[in-house]
Amino acid sequence: MTAVQPTDREWLDQDAGPVVRPYALTGGLTRPSGQRFDLLDMVGVVRRSAEDMPRLAPEQAEVLRRCQIPAPLIDLAADLDLPVGVIRILVSDLRERGLVSIHRAQPAGVGDLKILQEVVNGLQRL
Amino acid sequence: MAYNVSDRETAADSLTAIKILVAGGFGAGKTTLVGSVSEIRPLRTEETLTERSDQVDSLYGVEQKSTTTVAMDFGRITIHSDLVVYLFGTPGQQRFWFMWDDLAYGALGAVVMADERRLADCFPSVDYFEAKSIPFVVAVNCFDGTRRNSLESITRALNLASDVPVIACDARQRESSRDVLVALAQHAIARQQGRRAA
Repeated sequence: MTAVQPTDREWLDQDAGPVVRPYALTGGLTRPSGQRFDLLDMVGVVRRSAEDMPRLAPEQAEVLRRCQIPAPLIDLAADLDLPVGVIRILVSDLRERGLVSIHRAQPAGVGDLKILQEVVNGLQRL
Repeated sequence: MAYNVSDRETAADSLTAIKILVAGGFGAGKTTLVGSVSEIRPLRTEETLTERSDQVDSLYGVEQKSTTTVAMDFGRITIHSDLVVYLFGTPGQQRFWFMWDDLAYGALGAVVMADERRLADCFPSVDYFEAKSIPFVVAVNCFDGTRRNSLESITRALNLASDVPVIACDARQRESSRDVLVALAQHAIARQQGRRAA
């Protein structure tokens, strides 16, 4: 259990961090369903229909908004300022509902010399 | 309003994401390095301590603790529109190892930041990457521009394989940090090509 210990009443600004426990954001779900996905896996919207929206958490609606062009899971976590564990659960729930698809990230660079060389060249230009 | 975005899937398939870990002891300069070469963003993880981590994580006295929140540094370098490098500054303490397997999956390699004054702080990182056969370089962060020990003596002190690059750097300098990443990518290539003996 992670203890959140507000020491006074002035904790309602951004710097104070989240004001609700992570499980409140996930509708009580504590673990992702289905296959665990990698931080770099791409999340893309399959469909976004008006009738689905009321059943979604605001954060999930935001995920759908941001993934019109597939985005890496890690970018969603950083952009929405949500812990990785929370975004995993929200996204796996969206997948269960058939609203998003997950594209497995290739373990890129590990076996591909051409890509590694591209990385070297690109970094040298920084 | 329902619509299909299957035509965009090709965009996802063509994006290549490269993962580089930046590890090392507390205060060794992980955040500084990630910040000097990329746009840095904080990333929070709220993770359940798994059985796997129980083996390395002493839970004595905190047996009730089942999840933990960890902040890490996260940076992104766009090489071109479909090739992106992600940098993860990972907490070096052993109690965060449960995160590492996740992060290390498919990683190009790792930078181990070393502070000469506290060299032992990077032992766990070195052990981890050696055990996982993940290519890594050791970057000796010289905060004040002076180096106390030769890089060779650091190689000996860490008992590194002779092909592991040990580089002096100033993590505050973009060029210096960039050179560390370039050295890592080149080391990964050399390992791929198998031209150097381990």
